[in-house]
Amino acid sequence: MDPLPLRARLYVIAVGALALPLLAFAIVRGWSSISVVDLAFLAVLYVISDSIGAKGSRDTVTIALGSVSAMAALPLLGGWGAIVLACSTAFANDSRPLVKRFFNTSQLVLAAAASALAFTLLGGKAISDDSFPYLILPFCVALAVHCFVNGALVSGIVHFAADVPLRHVWHGTIAKSVSGYVGYGLFGLLLAVLWSPRGAAVGPAAALLVLLPLFVARWAYAQYAEQQDAYDRTVRTLIAAVETKDLYTRGHSERVAAASVLIARQIGMREDRVASLRYAGMLHDIGKLGVPTRVLQKTSKLTEAEYAAVKLHPVRGLEMIREIEFLGEAFAGIMHHHERLDGLGYPMGLRGAQIPEFARAIAVADAFDSMTTTRSYRGARTAAQALEELRRCAGSQFDPSMVEALVAALADTVWQDQSEALFDQTAPEWDDAYEQLPRAQFDHDDPRASETHVPSQSSAQ
Amino acid sequence: MTGLRARPDGGLSGQFVVSAAAALLAVIAVVVTASPHGLIRADVAFAFGAFIALGELARITLPGGRDAAPIATAGALAYALLTQFEQQSMRHGALQVVAVVAVAMLVGVTPHVVAGRAPSADTLARRLLAVGFAVGVFRATGLGDLVRDSKGFVEALVMVAIVAATLAVDAIIAAAVRAGTDGAPFAAVLRNEARAQVGIGSAIGATGALIALAASIMGIWALPVFVIPLLLTQFSFRRYAAIRATSLQTIRSLSRVTELGGYTESGHSRRVSELSVAVGRELGMSDAELLDLEYAALMHDIGQLSLTEPIPGGATVVAAPAEQRRIAGLGADVIRQTGVLDGVATIVERQAEPYRRAHQGDDLAVPLASRIIKAVNAYDDLVGESGSVERQRDALERLRLGMAYEYDPRVVDSMAKAIERSARLTA
Repeated sequence: MDPLPLRARLYVIAVGALALPLLAFAIVRGWSSISVVDLAFLAVLYVISDSIGAKGSRDTVTIALGSVSAMAALPLLGGWGAIVLACSTAFANDSRPLVKRFFNTSQLVLAAAASALAFTLLGGKAISDDSFPYLILPFCVALAVHCFVNGALVSGIVHFAADVPLRHVWHGTIAKSVSGYVGYGLFGLLLAVLWSPRGAAVGPAAALLVLLPLFVARWAYAQYAEQQDAYDRTVRTLIAAVETKDLYTRGHSERVAAASVLIARQIGMREDRVASLRYAGMLHDIGKLGVPTRVLQKTSKLTEAEYAAVKLHPVRGLEMIREIEFLGEAFAGIMHHHERLDGLGYPMGLRGAQIPEFARAIAVADAFDSMTTTRSYRGARTAAQALEELRRCAGSQFDPSMVEALVAALADTVWQDQSEALFDQTAPEWDDAYEQLPRAQFDHDDPRASETHVPSQSSAQ
Repeated sequence: MTGLRARPDGGLSGQFVVSAAAALLAVIAVVVTASPHGLIRADVAFAFGAFIALGELARITLPGGRDAAPIATAGALAYALLTQFEQQSMRHGALQVVAVVAVAMLVGVTPHVVAGRAPSADTLARRLLAVGFAVGVFRATGLGDLVRDSKGFVEALVMVAIVAATLAVDAIIAAAVRAGTDGAPFAAVLRNEARAQVGIGSAIGATGALIALAASIMGIWALPVFVIPLLLTQFSFRRYAAIRATSLQTIRSLSRVTELGGYTESGHSRRVSELSVAVGRELGMSDAELLDLEYAALMHDIGQLSLTEPIPGGATVVAAPAEQRRIAGLGADVIRQTGVLDGVATIVERQAEPYRRAHQGDDLAVPLASRIIKAVNAYDDLVGESGSVERQRDALERLRLGMAYEYDPRVVDSMAKAIERSARLTA
């Protein structure tokens, strides 16, 4: 692993320098009032949750598990106790480097201190007969503070270590885990109520009862994530299988999906829509199965009738996948990905803003990938040439904002140059079988194909 | 209501028996509770009732198509196990719990009925009977009064035991009903129900016990505070169910590529998958096996995509055995590339194998799912879309002739039963 940049190291030291004295003070100040048995049990619980969290660190739900014990400590141990408890995470059984562990524990101490302050200021006390509803407000505020301080400090380290803009860290990972964090934090209150001798007096065994729903939630989430992953792989593979029918399009759908996502992120599309757009990109040409193979692999120029058959593929594609309910907005993207801004595209001849956003993004990604891969009637163009061509056609065929988004996104990203990648797979001298296959003279995704087939009176525009 | 129909052959269906029993119990409970001085602590009853009604409103469909209302069930269990409320003893009777739960469920379900999404009556009935069991053990026997004054730890232990027993009863009733409708062996269905319960069921049960324990201190606040964590669980399950449904829809859609490409007859893969699952259920396969079977059946012809010339009508049954095996192998290769569907790939790969060879016993390397797909695929190739009774009979007869080596007799038997059942349902 790369060593941390200097800025990140300074940040870690600063956080530690705040946390350590605070911790020492809390130990001295609070030691006499903390129940050692409760502290020990909570610490074990905290360490276990934190160890689990560290293993599946990609899983946002597990990150939140530790908030159960952190929050239960406030009513059970009091503010000082909660701060002392936070240092137990230093003993979590994980393989993270020492510096990460140090930072993690320091930031949890600070978060605990901030939440303890909020809890105490709002009148939060240990559980007693008349705790409710008066305890709920201080507890919830303390939870929000804990969540915020924790999230802010973690965003900081990601920002300094990986050089990701703060806004992106916050929206990307932190915002997603907030709901889990808050939900599990509330379990902390339940745990305290059940545990406390002045509550339901179940004792430390209450932790088992409280943890069960937690683990079920975690398990359900893991199952969901696993299924989502399986789904993605399945769709990709099946599309790859379908693409074997059409020699030009090997890997095409996958790359169009990737380029569409680049465009979408550049124009700041919401993440759930980006996910949907990715599927749309993946499935955009699925309707080509309904176009006779004879036409797809034809070696001479297409007749108008044959071109009409090709033009049906977006509609065919939509028909095929209409049953997949969740695609929603993706349907429009698939249906209209060959529309042109000037209204001369197909299947419906939509114009300008009438064309759905998804379709405008896919159209650009689609043409870009077509141009940067080898066709028998021309070699692959470089990304720069393709972008120039896209700019030339912006305004007539393509939405200029989408074209510019792709240009900007590619400036930030390393796009694997397909002219070389595909050459390896299909280079004629390597693959005799390929040599004997019929070569179509035409790729329907090539912007020039669209121009040659546009009615003549309009090409002067 | 869909669940309240007696079987066409005149016997009483399990759904009917369960629904009738629950309705009877509910009516008795409501009549007794509605009598003067029948309702104890109306405020608490109302609060829990409202909670259960809301939970019923937020009903979800679990993966595998099971209806569940986790929040309502947890609320009902909590009310059943409630011994103290804000440190005052709760002495409401067993029948009061049943009455409150029944009324709340009806209220919560009404919007669904109005919107045309009524859950089947037997799932509601089953939940009410399970609550009836819990209060029967806990409140009617005086066990609740006994633990009220004991230590918190003992009380928690008793509650956990009762919740576990209640979930078991619920699974048994569900299995009995389902075994009747699917014609599947009771033990296999019970195993499926129990497995489906373990996850969400334990979360529901634990939450129910937790609320009952916490309400002794927190009173009514236990409900709004602790519904949030269970909502989170429910949310994960909902997303899980959604992605499962999406996977199935996608594979169903993409399985039609062979039809669009002119390789197979239209609707073939869909029909094969439906009949295969019915046969698999009849043979007592688990939910996980059934899902693999369904995927494999949908994609069983995907190997044909790599053929240059389609087989006439797509009927693999007329192709030479070696060619059938080659196509199956090609399909399996495609599916195996996903990296997550190895089980499905194996099923597809073996679908062209005979279940036994001359002078040898049953070939255990051919999975049951492959045998089912082999037989059902042949049947559908022979019958096609027509579905006329004569063609069905001829096709089955032809499969029976092939039972010595090609088609597993158990599969053909179950298939005949499944076809007969679906004919009865449509009649």
